[in-house]
Amino acid sequence: MPAMPTPAIVVVGHGMVGQRFLEALAERGVAERARIVVLCEEPRAAYDRVQLTSYFSGRTPDDLSLVEGDFMERHGIELHLDDPAETIDRAARTVTSRAGRTFTYDTLVLATGSYPFVPPVPNKDAAGCFVYRTIEDLLAIEEYAKTATTGAVVGGGLLGLEAAGALKGLGLKTHIVEFAPRLMPVQVDDGGGAALLKTIERMGLTVHTGTGTQEVTVDESGAVNGMALSDGSVLATDLVVFSAGVRPRDQLARDAGLAVGGRGGIVVDDQCRTSDPAVFAIGECALASDGRVYGLVAPGYEMAETAAAALEGSLEGDVKSFTGADMSTKLKLLGVDVASFGDAHGAADGCLDVVYSDSRSGVYKKLVIGPDGELLGGVLVGDADSYGMLRPLTGSVPPISPEQLVLPAGLGAPVALGPSSLPDDAVICSCHNVTKGTIRGAVTEHSCTTVPEVKKCTKAGTGCGSCVKVLGQLVNAELEASGVEVDKGLCGCFGQTRQELYEIVRALRITSYAALLDSHGREAAKGGNGCEICKPTVGSIIASLAPTIGADGYVLEGEQAALQDTNDHFLANMQKNGSYSIVPRIPGGEITPEKLIVIGEVARDYGLYTKITGGQRIDLFGARVDQLPQIWARLVDAGFESGHAYGKALRTVKSCVGQTWCRYGVQDSVKMAIDLELRYRGLRSPHKLKSAVSGCQRECAEAQSKDFGVIATANGWNLYVGGNGGATPRHADLLAQDLSDAELVRLIDRFLMFYIRTADRLERTSTWLERIDGGLGHVRDVVVHDSLGICAELEALMADHVAGYRDEWAETINDPERLRRFVSFVNAPEVPDPTVKFVPERDQVKPDLPVLQIRTLEGTAAR
Amino acid sequence: MTIAPEKTDTQVQLRLGGEWLALCSLSLLTPGRGVAALLPDGRQVAVFLGRDGRSYAIDNRDPFSGAQVLSRGLVGSSAGRPFVASPLLKQRFDLASGDCLDDESVSVTSYEVRLGTDLAVDSGSAA
Repeated sequence: MPAMPTPAIVVVGHGMVGQRFLEALAERGVAERARIVVLCEEPRAAYDRVQLTSYFSGRTPDDLSLVEGDFMERHGIELHLDDPAETIDRAARTVTSRAGRTFTYDTLVLATGSYPFVPPVPNKDAAGCFVYRTIEDLLAIEEYAKTATTGAVVGGGLLGLEAAGALKGLGLKTHIVEFAPRLMPVQVDDGGGAALLKTIERMGLTVHTGTGTQEVTVDESGAVNGMALSDGSVLATDLVVFSAGVRPRDQLARDAGLAVGGRGGIVVDDQCRTSDPAVFAIGECALASDGRVYGLVAPGYEMAETAAAALEGSLEGDVKSFTGADMSTKLKLLGVDVASFGDAHGAADGCLDVVYSDSRSGVYKKLVIGPDGELLGGVLVGDADSYGMLRPLTGSVPPISPEQLVLPAGLGAPVALGPSSLPDDAVICSCHNVTKGTIRGAVTEHSCTTVPEVKKCTKAGTGCGSCVKVLGQLVNAELEASGVEVDKGLCGCFGQTRQELYEIVRALRITSYAALLDSHGREAAKGGNGCEICKPTVGSIIASLAPTIGADGYVLEGEQAALQDTNDHFLANMQKNGSYSIVPRIPGGEITPEKLIVIGEVARDYGLYTKITGGQRIDLFGARVDQLPQIWARLVDAGFESGHAYGKALRTVKSCVGQTWCRYGVQDSVKMAIDLELRYRGLRSPHKLKSAVSGCQRECAEAQSKDFGVIATANGWNLYVGGNGGATPRHADLLAQDLSDAELVRLIDRFLMFYIRTADRLERTSTWLERIDGGLGHVRDVVVHDSLGICAELEALMADHVAGYRDEWAETINDPERLRRFVSFVNAPEVPDPTVKFVPERDQVKPDLPVLQIRTLEGTAAR
Repeated sequence: MTIAPEKTDTQVQLRLGGEWLALCSLSLLTPGRGVAALLPDGRQVAVFLGRDGRSYAIDNRDPFSGAQVLSRGLVGSSAGRPFVASPLLKQRFDLASGDCLDDESVSVTSYEVRLGTDLAVDSGSAA
């Protein structure tokens, strides 16, 4: 029997929509049944073009990539980078690439996207003229801007403002030239444009609206030196970015004789098929069946899904169609929230506007209301918080009056409009087209109980993130409705979150757990013993803030001793037979032979099992509680300090050997690691903190898997945050680039203190960064741009910590009162615990334990 | 080292069979924490002092791990009743009854404890 021929799918273009199409094929199992070839013009695989500008705030091209690790290999997809398709032969069903490769197709998918429109003015191609579309464009602008002082952007639309923000970020004096009478003419109306203009001018940008560009002027070398404007004036500028809209890239299709629209765009039906049924077109190159070309990513994604379904359907017959999409958008441009949705310009017959405008604060809100009171659309500038609620309400009569919907919170009657008022078919996440009903189902049918779980289950909130707030409200509402009480309190003793308790302790300078429980605990818990959850949490908060609130920085002082988890209580790590392990601090992993010998001698004399840890230090296992002070007396004497392996505190700062020895190193990573470890040692935090410093981009210290990781560059240091190894590995995110030593330390000070202030109990930086509203962007705003104005305070808190640090073990062994607890038996202090026993293994010892079925709280497991 | 004078005379006593056994001075206990004590027969007890000044004693052996560690757990209150959470895997034990709050099939021995001043008077009394 002849083998079934493998169908061949050729995809032309590997942008956001192209990649989404590949993912859709993979999800549908088509990738496994077909040969898939992708031709990509750019030298890099699909990346997040929507977030392009974030390159200038520190995201690397790798961060922007949309292709997960081994996606292509796993699905057997052949991706050819830097090799665009040049011709299509529809009769032979072949595509030929620039490199001369020819591929046969059964199905061809065009996802060629769009190209920037450059107005045909003289010298538009001169040196210093750019467009703003690809990472390569950004790299070129960044390079050219190094020798420029002024920049001008032609076009005051969405992309133009992004480009202007980028130029301003590069330190250029920036002009925006817009032909229309207002900024963002497509999205906002005159009022919105005016609010936007005011805010942008206040940032120091110069805006020329109602002005056309007639000519780019050049100097004798042919480089840009200015622009002649339609009002007769000349604008001196070193650099011009054209961002005057995009046009569908349909030339390939035109050459192949496919039908295209009068104003461009490859004509497709509601299955995204072109005039040739073997050829599909998706994304910005396609002219959809409603006669529009969509320049937004969400409709592009929908087309990708539709085409993938049609392709699969050609085998199995399920039908999906794309007949048009919502053009709603919410963006942050130059730090200003701008949103428009539905019939933003009030084009419908008989519609009326409700407008709130406050040019003093740059806030403008307009809702378009239909004759029957239904919400048709709107424009929000300066404050777009309500977008997540308003957009899904479009088409229905809002449950409260439109006036209340536009008034800022606190003015007029309180607005009690929650997501519960939305119908089930309201689309909450427009990036992934997820309805309220689907989100509710994730909670009720798939047992999701948290926003991260719902995000994973439904994909909602994983696109632009603008719906995450509403998502959280919906999840909580649904949990409450299904009888799950959503109590955000820390535990049965406190109704407050850890963050709230931190603020209470800090503001009221409460240094006693009992006082906090009795004044702020739940009624039933007041006067009681507290519990094993809140005691260490409050103990940690008091320890973090100790020097600032006037508590003793020593964690075993007075009442604080009773709050600490057992490991903190004995300043060592309890192991399974009740013995302890000891980890002296070895900053940066650097240690002298003399100190190594002391560790060896101590281990030998006390019969301790020794093991090198993952954090570049040495763990000594098997000490009885009564041996801890003797062992530490010797270690302290040799110059060792507590390594805080027992605490929710800074653990280690690993390092590679760095520039001093390594031929690749560009900075002294060991010295930086030691400096950081000594600075943050003893810092109590919501969970343990790990760090590393790598001396070059080879990253031998694995800094990107740490809570804060530092990687050397030729110009200084890059700081990464929120990394994690363990059960849920997470690559750290780049927070800032090319920092000096002082800038690096200052930024880490702020980052750590902001984390300590806002994280939940036992929440590592990785989960904190995923959970916190606004995510990395918000954290960056706060710690880099000081958006909350708290950076000075965060730095002062850290300065207090650094000044107040004392070694816990040195304090302990010098105080007989404190040493009293280090006995096995209160009534027989000299007797060692006879049940702590060891047997030999591989020339060392291991605990001698009866074989027990250890039953954990979760269930029974043989250990 | 200084010991508060009003505490020096107070002893923690444990009832063992028909007898009261003096364990230690009350001043050696910290409210909210425990200590371990060795019984004449080699068994170990975990002795705790609650915030309200009441004392408790249960077996020191954590039945889930087999290690003698319950005295090093954290003391808390659940529905008004004091408990200790094992430092190893965090199962909670009622300090008065010894019952495990997280697995009703498990419990540890609990002991009667009192605070006394003169053990000689009470020693041997069956009351």
